[in-house]
Amino acid sequence: MAQVHLQKVVKKYGSLQVVHGIDLEIADNEFVVLVGPSGCGKSTTLRMIAGLEAISGGEIKIGERLVNDLPPRHRNISMVFQNYALYPHMTVRENLGFSLKIAKRPQQEIDKAVDEAAQILSLTEYMDRKPGALSGGQRQRVAMGRAIVRHPEVFLFDEPLSNLDAKLRTQMRTEIKKLHQKVKSTIVYVTHDQVEAMTLADRIVIMRDGYIEQVGTPLDVFETPANTFVATFIGSPPMNLLHGRVTGNEIAIDGGPAIGVPEPFTGKVQEGQKVILGFRADNLMPYGHAMPMESGCAEFDMTVNLSEPLGTETLLFGSLAGKEVQAKMLNPRPVADGERLQFRLDLARCHLFDADSQQALR
Amino acid sequence: MNENLLHRIRGRLLKALHFVTLFIAMAIICVPGLWVVLNSFRPTVEIMAKPPVWVPGELNLDNYRAMFGAVGEGGVPVLQYFTNSLIISVTSTLIAILVGMAGGYAFARYRFKGKASIFIGLMLTRAVPGVSLSLPLFIVMAKTGLIDTHIGLILVYVALNVPFTIWLIDGFFRQVPVELAEAAEIDGCTRWQAFWKVEFPVARAGVASAGIFAFLTSWNEYALASQLTRSTFSKTMPVGLRDFTSEFTINWGGMCALAVLMIIPALILTFLVQKHLIAGLTFGGVKG
Repeated sequence: MAQVHLQKVVKKYGSLQVVHGIDLEIADNEFVVLVGPSGCGKSTTLRMIAGLEAISGGEIKIGERLVNDLPPRHRNISMVFQNYALYPHMTVRENLGFSLKIAKRPQQEIDKAVDEAAQILSLTEYMDRKPGALSGGQRQRVAMGRAIVRHPEVFLFDEPLSNLDAKLRTQMRTEIKKLHQKVKSTIVYVTHDQVEAMTLADRIVIMRDGYIEQVGTPLDVFETPANTFVATFIGSPPMNLLHGRVTGNEIAIDGGPAIGVPEPFTGKVQEGQKVILGFRADNLMPYGHAMPMESGCAEFDMTVNLSEPLGTETLLFGSLAGKEVQAKMLNPRPVADGERLQFRLDLARCHLFDADSQQALR
Repeated sequence: MNENLLHRIRGRLLKALHFVTLFIAMAIICVPGLWVVLNSFRPTVEIMAKPPVWVPGELNLDNYRAMFGAVGEGGVPVLQYFTNSLIISVTSTLIAILVGMAGGYAFARYRFKGKASIFIGLMLTRAVPGVSLSLPLFIVMAKTGLIDTHIGLILVYVALNVPFTIWLIDGFFRQVPVELAEAAEIDGCTRWQAFWKVEFPVARAGVASAGIFAFLTSWNEYALASQLTRSTFSKTMPVGLRDFTSEFTINWGGMCALAVLMIIPALILTFLVQKHLIAGLTFGGVKG
């Protein structure tokens, strides 16, 4: 089994640098998800680990082995592609057994490994079909089966679920999680879907423009985002961010109400400092439809422009200090557009970011 | 109600019109071929008759018998021509396919300097009419001693076919997703194995169709072959047709009989390979 070490890994295409010297340690049996908007370098990073892209600088180690210049076949990895990349001229059985056949393993061993993989992924009924005769979910499973047959040291997933419809995606997400429990191994998984990242990962790596913005457990990055980018990228709906300035014991929201400096941050801000106040919709609730708030809370009025009932809760869109703000209503009642409600903001769960550096104040 | 009826009638009329038009088009395409076949089985009198005799009065194998007969009695070295044609066409096709595969793959997969200009240059060579090259070709071949040899014609046909096979095969390799080769490489293949075990089988249909086109071009080519071949040792079947013309007469029946013999192998080949021509092999491997 294997760890993966990335040290100052750089990728350049000519003069264009797309990955800027990233460092990452992935432990044995860990499920790490690389997440970020498109063009952030996450897929490139994965392909560099796979050996499909040459690295322009730095070191990649799988286990204790430096693999910088090794071709993919010598890295002992498996990869599941976004478009599955099944061999269309081979049956499911041949697809699954291809890697072992290339390695010239005895037929008996191939059959055993293929049957085992088919069992795990319940593919036994489709073994003699070609990929063209399979549904999207089945193709996805064949692609995963092809990966596990080889017992690689590291599994690489490149947005494997983005071609599936919503329902199937949720189902396959669970199957991938189960697979990780059944087949203990290191997994590096790339996605742009933060829900996938949150549900699957042991640790999430959030990337932007070729840099790593934050590494941490799903709860870590959700509860203590390192900067405004992570704060808005992780969590749905995205965190509300309001610009303001510290005056005395309060933060004066630009063009809005003044709110007491949340307790965790007292003494960490300077008079006159420009800050960004961040809070999630879950912590801004209308009076009488809120969770009990542990410590202090701020209260203010806001007009609701739009409401989205979700059943157990309703999302409310209002505008505060000229910016759209999302709030949540528990035990919802119908809300008319344009209705003015009193809201309570849970101060203990607010975040403060420095307005210049966009970094979290801690 | 009237509206619906009207639309139904119009639909049927259009369908009928469709069939009639198709039939006329097919007839225009097929009649010359059928006329050749028909003429090969009947005497010259009937072939030359004016107005044309559509329904043959008499069918026999005289033309074929004469063609395979002794030289003095209208015989032609058919087998020798056939062998020449076969050797030249098959060899030049094989070479054109190999070069076309290498070139087409390179154009489809790699980026290199001057790629677009090289590609356009290759296509431009197709814009030059082959016959206009016959004189320079003749001189080059004469100087190098390749006149009247198989190799001479093979070289010419390879040059003729390569741009086309590159273009065709490039198109087919473009349709094969890059991820297939990448997946194969991760599964343990070398670059070479990934090509032969995955990409080539998937693009096989394209290679086969390029092969048919190259073969038919070589098999049917007349203008250059008539310049570059002299004797029975290298004459191909299209050139052999000229054996039926003499100073004052043209043996149309014999010519048609030889033409039929020429058509048959091409037909057989096309039927054999046609199942490979059915595209859609790439469907299903990746999400479409």
